[in-house]
Amino acid sequence: MRRYLVKRVLLALGILFSISLITFFILNIMPGDAVALMLGDTADPNTIETVRHNLGMDRPMWEQYVDWIVGVFTGDLGTSYFQRKAVSDLLLTAFGYTARLAAVSYVIALAVGLVAGIVSALNRGTILDRGLMTLTVVGISAPSFWVAIILQIFIGLRFKAIPISGLDTPISYLLPCISLGLRYAASIARITRTSMLEVMGQDFIRTARAKGLSPWRTVMVHMFRNALVPIITVIGADIGTLFAGSMLTESVFNIQGVGKLLVDNITKRDIPVVQGCVICVAIICVVVYLAVDLLYAVVDPNIRLGGEEA
Amino acid sequence: MKRKREPSPVLTYRGYYRESWELLKRDPLAMVSLVIVIFLVIIAVFAPLIAPYDPDKQVLSQKLMDPCLEHWFGCDKHGRDILSRCIYGCRVSLSVGLVSQIIATVIGYFMGVCAGYFGGKADAVISFLIQVFSSLPDLLLAMALMFALGSGLVNLYISLGVLAWARTARLIRGTVLQLKEKEYVKSCKVDGGSDLRVILRHLLPNCIPTLIITVTMGIPSAILSEASLSFLGLGVRSPMASWGSMIAESQEFFRSKAFYSLFPGLCIIVAVIAFNTLGDGLRDALDPKLRK
Repeated sequence: MRRYLVKRVLLALGILFSISLITFFILNIMPGDAVALMLGDTADPNTIETVRHNLGMDRPMWEQYVDWIVGVFTGDLGTSYFQRKAVSDLLLTAFGYTARLAAVSYVIALAVGLVAGIVSALNRGTILDRGLMTLTVVGISAPSFWVAIILQIFIGLRFKAIPISGLDTPISYLLPCISLGLRYAASIARITRTSMLEVMGQDFIRTARAKGLSPWRTVMVHMFRNALVPIITVIGADIGTLFAGSMLTESVFNIQGVGKLLVDNITKRDIPVVQGCVICVAIICVVVYLAVDLLYAVVDPNIRLGGEEA
Repeated sequence: MKRKREPSPVLTYRGYYRESWELLKRDPLAMVSLVIVIFLVIIAVFAPLIAPYDPDKQVLSQKLMDPCLEHWFGCDKHGRDILSRCIYGCRVSLSVGLVSQIIATVIGYFMGVCAGYFGGKADAVISFLIQVFSSLPDLLLAMALMFALGSGLVNLYISLGVLAWARTARLIRGTVLQLKEKEYVKSCKVDGGSDLRVILRHLLPNCIPTLIITVTMGIPSAILSEASLSFLGLGVRSPMASWGSMIAESQEFFRSKAFYSLFPGLCIIVAVIAFNTLGDGLRDALDPKLRK
């Protein structure tokens, strides 16, 4: 187990390092010059040069990268070009919003998705099952930003008590969480249904029924627990995209999270902020994937004993 | 479809693709989605003939006009016909979906075959790259690339295509690992066939079902990514109509004009559902394991 752990952690670090390298170069090769944009069209070329020099932008690319990556390890992500604030401070404030939005959305989505999936599987072939599954198809296919706008129009404007922007009161979570969570609720419902149906056909379920176990216990203890592994995979993969999805939701509902920070600064070409946001999301994703992998190792002895790796 | 092989007199096997097609025809959902996909393709190809108005023509007197007989979907903030813009938007979405998937398939097939067939160091490096590219949400990397390349249709093809290869490569790698052990591959090598011959003559035809599925499943996610990027202002350039950018434009009028954001969104949903359902049907029809 320890060998597996060390191997996975090293791999995760390697992945993070590569992502930092790739994104740094992508973001710094771009044609538009942030300094020229910052100073406006009328700026004199000498001033542009001085500012570039002061920001360290005239040094070789690899030197800038080394500086930046060393900073990442010490928690210093540079300073925003336009706001004159430390990127780490901006990120910290924004992260609070994103984390709250993502967490609440996902917990709700998980609850709704699991219940819908189980109900669907138990009522296989009925109108209820078909209706729920049709809803999930729409839920997976609808772009979250569009769902957000439609919710604003048809719920936010009808009911004055439900705010259509910000994330300040408990009720203001309602619309952003539906728009962000809908897709996840739908995909969790589908995988839960499939996974439950697979388990339902197996012998030990028949045995459990035959020995007179209550239906509730059969479903929860025998079926659901065994259906859980594929569900965990989907959950692990979702958490990464949740942050990407929150970018869109945050911009529609004007929530000052990491996504909004990223989108706002990408148009301004404030590279340190953009880089900070990207690396922040990358770290979260890689850590979550690592956690899911380790969770697997706990659940599945094959992996723990190195059977699959060999 | 390939039908060169002589049918064996003993088996009444009518060929893999014909069999798959017969199976697909029995799947009503897949057939309905196939019809919708064909419909969308026709709209995209013949957009100039089908669209009732010029999508970029601004008629200021028709600003924010409600849907009526002349303008079924109404008019936007510059007085442009929304139906015509949706029709041209179909062109953008479908072409982005298709071209980006072709790019992804070429890169992904090559990488996947190298990893699966040669194994060893090549496999280690490519598998690592696959993991790197699948660790970040697609949209985030696509945003970074669009930021670097600038907005525009061609750049959309490139960034979405370059980023989608990892999924194809992983599937192809798995398929090739299985195929490598087959007798016909081994006997080709014993016969003195070169690696290139094995890859093109024996592995490629057997990977095509996997590729058909990944392309069909990749198109809807590319369509959604394109819409998201255009919505954020990182997609197509301004006057060009895209479903995503139309929704972005409609945002400021959501209080008074609900129809404005409604129609482009419905277009996205229809297209994505159609491709996803068709992909599901194709997967069931092409997977020999599911055949009885």
